[in-house]
Amino acid sequence: MGWGGRPGRTRYAMLSRTADNLYWIARYMERADTSARLLEVGSRISLIPSAHGYRSEWDSLLQAAGMAEGFAKKYGDPIQRNIESWLFFDRDNPSSVASCITAARENGRIVRTALTAQVWDALNTAFQELKALERRARSDLELSRLTEWVMRHAAMVRGAIDATLLRNDGYNFLNIGYYLERADNTARLMDVKYYVLLPRVDFVGSGLDNYQWTTLLRAMGSHRAFHWAYGGEVTAGKIADFLILNPQCPRSLTTCVAGMANHLGRLATAYGRETEAQVRAKDVMAGILATTVEGIFDEGLHEYLTRFIDDTAVLANAIHFAYLSGEMR
Amino acid sequence: MTPTFNEMFQGSGVRPPYARLEDWVRAMPQELRHLKQAEAEALFRRIGITFAVYGEGGDPDRLIPFDMFPRVFSGAEWSRLERGIKQRARALNAFLVDVYGRGEIVRAGRIPARLVYQNEAYEKAVAGIVPPKGVYSHIVGIDLVRTGPDDFFVLEDNCRTPSGVSYMLENREIMMRMFPDLFRENRIEPVDTYPEKLRRTLASVAPKKCTGEPTVVILTPGHFNSAYYEHSFLADLMGVELVEGQDLFVDGEYVFMRTTEGPRRVDVIYRRIDDAYIDPLCFKPDSMLGIPGLMDVYRAGGVSICSAPGGGVADDKAVYCYVPEMIRFYLGEEPILKNVPTWQCGKSDDLKYVLEKLPELVVKEVHGSGGYGMLVGPKSSQAEVEAFRAKIIDNPSNYIAQPTLALSTVPSFVEEGVAPRHVDLRPYCLVGERIELVPGGLTRVALKEGSLVVNSSQGGGVKDTWVLAE
Repeated sequence: MGWGGRPGRTRYAMLSRTADNLYWIARYMERADTSARLLEVGSRISLIPSAHGYRSEWDSLLQAAGMAEGFAKKYGDPIQRNIESWLFFDRDNPSSVASCITAARENGRIVRTALTAQVWDALNTAFQELKALERRARSDLELSRLTEWVMRHAAMVRGAIDATLLRNDGYNFLNIGYYLERADNTARLMDVKYYVLLPRVDFVGSGLDNYQWTTLLRAMGSHRAFHWAYGGEVTAGKIADFLILNPQCPRSLTTCVAGMANHLGRLATAYGRETEAQVRAKDVMAGILATTVEGIFDEGLHEYLTRFIDDTAVLANAIHFAYLSGEMR
Repeated sequence: MTPTFNEMFQGSGVRPPYARLEDWVRAMPQELRHLKQAEAEALFRRIGITFAVYGEGGDPDRLIPFDMFPRVFSGAEWSRLERGIKQRARALNAFLVDVYGRGEIVRAGRIPARLVYQNEAYEKAVAGIVPPKGVYSHIVGIDLVRTGPDDFFVLEDNCRTPSGVSYMLENREIMMRMFPDLFRENRIEPVDTYPEKLRRTLASVAPKKCTGEPTVVILTPGHFNSAYYEHSFLADLMGVELVEGQDLFVDGEYVFMRTTEGPRRVDVIYRRIDDAYIDPLCFKPDSMLGIPGLMDVYRAGGVSICSAPGGGVADDKAVYCYVPEMIRFYLGEEPILKNVPTWQCGKSDDLKYVLEKLPELVVKEVHGSGGYGMLVGPKSSQAEVEAFRAKIIDNPSNYIAQPTLALSTVPSFVEEGVAPRHVDLRPYCLVGERIELVPGGLTRVALKEGSLVVNSSQGGGVKDTWVLAE
């Protein structure tokens, strides 16, 4: 299907605009998933006492997600119910679940020809169900049901892509979008912990500290995986190793950067040329491979994550220029 | 008015093409019918076929109502229609090549020069161009209505970019999914060959400078357009790229598209954008949809544009009156399909008659489409008639009038059960190296009781259209 399927052709270029739409389908779906996970982390963290008392954890969470300003402008004080609306339903928040699923589906609608019926069906079903959810009374909707709903649909879209799509350049662009967004999101979710803990250094290593780390793992759906991989006590060192360096963890920064490098490499082979994007990806990969847990904590977790988020932004720009803008001859 | 022809019943009997449908309806209890209707709607929504109505606001993802009761033609009925449609499509194309060339039909006095050369739709920018294979209109949508067993009339011709073919294809898909038994019991000609035939038609009119296999693309105004679904659906089934103006650019003698691998040449553009918007250097300078320089490449034979710019002069409602003349003039044949008798308000005798009989007539704008800007006399209040009268007097040559036809009806599922509703038919004729027609088309149905307006923008629905194998 899609781009010019004629016999005898083994290499297909695709429209830059189509590649851009595919890339954004992936980014938006992954972002919807993250917004739902943020809600999950937030509601769990808010159930336990903390350095600030109960209330302001939500504020930390919005800060880490880069959504604090927009929220404050619209709602003022961080009240749980308003935060739920903001993260899930609010169209004024471009990263809310509703905004992301709508945008992913709209991008999908534009490139219907580059998707299989199954992928479109998964995107469209999520959108149609979202509209049905929006019509229901908020009091009927439990938070945990909502987050599960998002994760289920995100997984369905992902599954349809993996099960049915041709392994061509479109598939590569989707995956680059997924890995890029996921890398950014893992880094941001870990940073939530930084904001929550910042004021009181003496919490580090305490029972409360471990509880918060565990909550973070749960939110990333990596709680059990972590125990399989490490066993024993939950420590900051093990978690940083797991979420940043461990190539077995599906959300680790290593896994995400390796994924990007892999799919960018496939594009370079298919198109017979390497661009700034491949060079950048290799640099970031080399940086991670040379990193140790000790190194991360020496630099400071927050500083390390901030630097990583900046690096991925630069990589995203390089990808945009090389493939998605249609500018490069 | 003559009594309405019901396509299923004749006297107390059922007409043969519909024979098996009687049992089908009888065996379907109301609950099952509602269940099936809901299933059909869910399928349409899932596939994403929606229709946005310009200027109405509201839900951009609105569905066109789908009526499950099919419309059926016998093989014999169809073969006559097919000959008539192909004949008309040939004549319309011959007319276009002629009026942008020597204008023989005008010189012969068979059509007034004013009507052709002063026509808003006459495009001076393409005078002298003969498109590849002498085809201006590659997809001709001919709207037909029926008033009796053998009485078909052409309501209008659509020579530019007739839409709706995706409904023809999807209606069939959905019917086959929901009622496989019907298709086992009836021998129904398939319509799903359309996309491949369309692709072949487009490839057959590749420009002179194209060597090797032509690259065909569909040019869409974008995903906000009400027919976007159809554009992407056809691109998918044909295996061609769906592009927007911003994806294409002109470099030297050719048109290219921006791809992840760099520029790639494009040979045939099936555009779903009006003439006025395709090239800001040649037409509307403020158009953001088009490709600057496209017309220069087209003139020099570097790219084919389907339909070719300028085709609008053939499907104008005033020129419509002369299509039977075109058939006689270019083909030396008698028209197989009749025109609806039409009064041109630009002629003083006609105008006098029209104003006198206004409450009985249907009046349309010469350049109108989509059922807008028209008056259905018998269905309008006196005030509406009078308001329209003023508009006609103000600018007579902008209007034509026709008798209110007793459009045939086909049984349709309505709230209370099954009831007759008025229908029309749009078949899609493909013109390239060959001229082809898939057996079927889009049947539109006026779902409101007594209504004669079938346009989807005015509350019309659609039906699957069957042609039975002989």
